[in-house]
Amino acid sequence: MATDQEIPVNQDTEFETVIGLEVHAQLLTQSKAFAPVSIAFGNPPNTNITPLCIGHPGTLPVLNENLVRYAIRIGLATGCRIAEKSIFARKNYFYPDLPKGYQISQFETPICYDGHVDITLDDGSTKRIRLKRIHMEEDAGKSIHDQDPYNTLVDLNRAGTPLVEIVTEPDISSPREAHAYLTKIKQLVQYLDICDGNMEEGSLRCDANISIRPVGRKELGTRTELKNMNSFRNVERALTYEIERQKHVVKNGGTIVQQTLLWDPVKMETRQMRSKEEAHDYRYFPEPDLPPVFVTREFLEEVKKELPELPYDRRNRFVNELKLPEPDASILTDERSIADYFEAVLSCCGPGSAKSVANLILSEVRRVLNESDLDIRAFSIGPERLAGLVKLKDSDKISSSAMQTIFNAMLGNDRTADEIAAEKNLLQVSDSGFLQPIVDEVIAGNPDEVARFREGKEGLIGFFVGQVMRQSKGKANPQMVKDLLMSRLKSSS
Amino acid sequence: MSVTRNDVLYMANLARLNLPDDEVELLARDMNKILQYIDLLNNIDTEDVPPLEHVIEPDEHFRKDVALEPLDHDLALKNAPDADADYFRVPRVIE
Repeated sequence: MATDQEIPVNQDTEFETVIGLEVHAQLLTQSKAFAPVSIAFGNPPNTNITPLCIGHPGTLPVLNENLVRYAIRIGLATGCRIAEKSIFARKNYFYPDLPKGYQISQFETPICYDGHVDITLDDGSTKRIRLKRIHMEEDAGKSIHDQDPYNTLVDLNRAGTPLVEIVTEPDISSPREAHAYLTKIKQLVQYLDICDGNMEEGSLRCDANISIRPVGRKELGTRTELKNMNSFRNVERALTYEIERQKHVVKNGGTIVQQTLLWDPVKMETRQMRSKEEAHDYRYFPEPDLPPVFVTREFLEEVKKELPELPYDRRNRFVNELKLPEPDASILTDERSIADYFEAVLSCCGPGSAKSVANLILSEVRRVLNESDLDIRAFSIGPERLAGLVKLKDSDKISSSAMQTIFNAMLGNDRTADEIAAEKNLLQVSDSGFLQPIVDEVIAGNPDEVARFREGKEGLIGFFVGQVMRQSKGKANPQMVKDLLMSRLKSSS
Repeated sequence: MSVTRNDVLYMANLARLNLPDDEVELLARDMNKILQYIDLLNNIDTEDVPPLEHVIEPDEHFRKDVALEPLDHDLALKNAPDADADYFRVPRVIE
């Protein structure tokens, strides 16, 4: 992701940008929002369906408890107020992948409202993005237009998959901020275990409302809506493109037309949605088939109790209790899976090794993950094996360079660090019974250097250590060698 | 407020209905009658009455998140006006 060229930042001071984002997160439930059937991805078309999902008459929706639970989780994590009573509404529009003719959503009374997300800006400062609402709804099915030249094919496996829609106030002022906000939302839904956060696969989807106005003006300009931005990078690119387009229109005396635009990631431009794709008169009304949702105090308390430690708290704990430097703690907690891995390793080798484990993950492990574009959950060295390696290093049984060699040899197999260290003859000798004779031999064999050392050229200690290391074929523990040498060189002077 | 011919055509378009001319007139008349009736209700003072979305009580009981057996694939496609072995088939909706 970081390999692509950066988008040029326009230092235009005449206009400021106002952006509001709507993020849809597909929830990791077992079953659909209103029907007891799997939402598993990748099954043959039209196999994860019930009569309800295909819009048969006489069917009735029944609300999935985990849709409510997960919506409250993200609500609590973003400081929202949780509505004791909220209602579902029908959003009516006509499209083949919506067989009921309406989407069950929430309109006037969302389950969560008035929250906020704090984002970190490029200069390290924090900005608060207010959330207007988070509501529950269901996904539509999938229309396939490119398999059959004369027809549209419809797969309803996805129809009824539970979603939350997270809506910001127009508080975002640049594409960079939009990116930072999305990164934060992704991090949160992953920590909360409610969504896998994968934008490329569509489990996080983002639409943007965007307008410009002369600096200093209070009223918002006419906005356009941007859709089809299926990666973090595309969101940034599409917003940048649209800002420039709007500025160009206004500077040339034109006016912005309120419309929905699609981002074309191949041509790298926005294009107008055809009118057929646009149907903005949704005629919302309360869903008569579902009773109002009532969140009891008990249920709310239950959800509060299951909330995991959130990124910010976890980072602080890593700093305060494990004494990790703040930047290291930040990177480790950016993604829940990395932080989980770190803690799993630590539970095998004790909190005293926190620094060594953190260093190893931040350097070697991350390098391998980046090179192979792997998720840490698929990393070939499990926490227990990595802990074994850290233990060898922390007990001075191997040198730093040996650690690297062993680490590389552990990739892609299931051998332990101990096995590899023994096999490659990398274990350091810390046995003074073995080292002392070598030390004595080196001292006896270099009388000139010994004399100069005793005259004050203490820098020569490096020379002695080197000699001993050579004689021990690199297996001696350098610190121990140094200690033994020092005591010999100093005591007999 | 009264429903015009254009209102009926607009709503028909949202519902993807093709209405013959005489039905447009008929529906406009019907809808106006319904709205006149609603206007009667508008004469009642509802200033302090909260909107009633539902006549049933709020529900605090939810369905457990469990996936059961799906509907049989062939059975699901059987009633469709058009389908192939895998998909529901509808007239092409984009050019």
